[in-house]
Amino acid sequence: MTQLPGLLDTEAIRKDFPILDRLVHDDRKLVYLDNAATSQKPRQVLDALAEYYERYNANVHRGVHVLAEEATALYEGARDKVASFINAPSRDEVIFTKNASESLNLVANMLGWADEPYRVDSETEIVITEMEHHSNIVPWQLLAQRTGAKLKWFGLTDDGRLDLSDIDEIITEKTKIVSFVLVSNILGTVNPVETIIRRAQEVGALVCIDASQAAPHMPMDVQALQADFVAFTGHKMCGPTGIGVLWGRQELLEDLPPFLGGGEMIETVSMHSSTYAPAPHKFEAGTPPIAQAVGLGAAIDYLNAIGMDKILAHEHALTEYAVKRLTEVPDLRIIGPTTAEERGAAISFTLGDIHPHDVGQVLDEQGIAVRVGHHCARPVCLRYGIPATTRASFYLYSTPAEIDALVDGLEHVRNFFG
Amino acid sequence: MKLDSMYQEVILDHYKNPHGRGLRDGDAEVHHVNPTCGDEITLRVRYEGTRIEDVSYEGQGCSISQASASVLNELLVGKELADARKIQETFLELMQSKGKLEPDDAMEEVLEDAVAFAGVSKYPARVKCALLSWMAWKDATAQALGGAEAERKTA
Repeated sequence: MTQLPGLLDTEAIRKDFPILDRLVHDDRKLVYLDNAATSQKPRQVLDALAEYYERYNANVHRGVHVLAEEATALYEGARDKVASFINAPSRDEVIFTKNASESLNLVANMLGWADEPYRVDSETEIVITEMEHHSNIVPWQLLAQRTGAKLKWFGLTDDGRLDLSDIDEIITEKTKIVSFVLVSNILGTVNPVETIIRRAQEVGALVCIDASQAAPHMPMDVQALQADFVAFTGHKMCGPTGIGVLWGRQELLEDLPPFLGGGEMIETVSMHSSTYAPAPHKFEAGTPPIAQAVGLGAAIDYLNAIGMDKILAHEHALTEYAVKRLTEVPDLRIIGPTTAEERGAAISFTLGDIHPHDVGQVLDEQGIAVRVGHHCARPVCLRYGIPATTRASFYLYSTPAEIDALVDGLEHVRNFFG
Repeated sequence: MKLDSMYQEVILDHYKNPHGRGLRDGDAEVHHVNPTCGDEITLRVRYEGTRIEDVSYEGQGCSISQASASVLNELLVGKELADARKIQETFLELMQSKGKLEPDDAMEEVLEDAVAFAGVSKYPARVKCALLSWMAWKDATAQALGGAEAERKTA
């Protein structure tokens, strides 16, 4: 078996993930390389979900009975865990949403309805990048269309990085918000946060970071990042689906208006008007995803016990190995950085002129799960003149043997369509 | 191997040697996409009355979608609209069968090479690939011929 420095004890870790023992297509061992789409869940998270429903289930923040109080403590306890996980200065800066898309839409809508000095209107500009997931493109397109604001973006270099050569022309005095991805879900690129934030701060623009592909894979420190908002989702970091996070700086959350109205987000309501609860509740209308938040809390405990720095080192070693092995496959072209430097563990590629759909189908027959298509980042495919890519993405339980299986599988694909 | 039920020899042949590929003159042109995978097709139809003179196309996509367009061209060019509709409807029925429909002789007579796609119907993610060009043809035909019975539909 291939030994690489920095690898985790995957044999032990994999025992926590029951699904990784599954056989598919009768007798094929599952090789799960679709972690950028969603991660698998350890037993600890599954148990936390079951235990919540079996022992504590109640609605939160209302009722005085014992279950309501315990459920509230668990839900708010999950908020504490998230706050500590991302080194937030205050737990009140952590808003639970349904997913990262909702988090990003929430920011766009806060700014669309805000008063000065935050208000996005026809005199102002919004800046994104060409490597964004659709969830960090479409909410800004909607905001631009509704307000008349101008949408601008950074293009990409041929090697899959942001082209920041014209940063001073793209981020200007008119820019109200710069929203960009920390780690690209399709290219794997880790973006230079500091350079962008420095320029945004010069012109007084707010900064929103999509950390969906970062929070699961590396230590997160929102204070070190110096952004104003950070969005990510639970299901890519061993948590359940249906729970996302928006972190925002406290004074902004106090100033900015709510988006969704309903129960839980109010202070008083009359038939004429309402006043709102303080953040984060101001932004959490309706019954929240309680069990999912508890599950995310359990996922964070799980990841912390292993150590985010160790997970980062593990994935870096795997990425280095994968880049090396994939480069050996004839006709394979990596779309994105071709070294493991400043790069996450999602690797997109094309294989000759074999369509990714066909690549994915033949790999699946061998039990290898990858993602094919445009990965909700179609502008990237257009930029590189390709219809789609095949993407393999790794996580803390991934092994060099699985990368070997992928490489063997790709050989089989080439023979099949050769 | 189960995969062979999808990637029938006939399908791979059409994929590697497509019939009638390339855009030629037409009465109407449509562009259809499959948003889940990025498959795209631009398709033109040319009619002589109700007879299909030509179906020309260009696109990018997986073997299933490309082979399906090739089979469509082979089957429909030269046919009367009513016969072509029957072929299209039969193909749609087969593709929506979730692998439960075993094509009988009558169906084979209608579909010819297109029966090879029976195996694809077992793979829900790929059914849209197989139907892409057929939905485009239906749309283009409605645009070319117009009229009350024309029905615009995107796949």
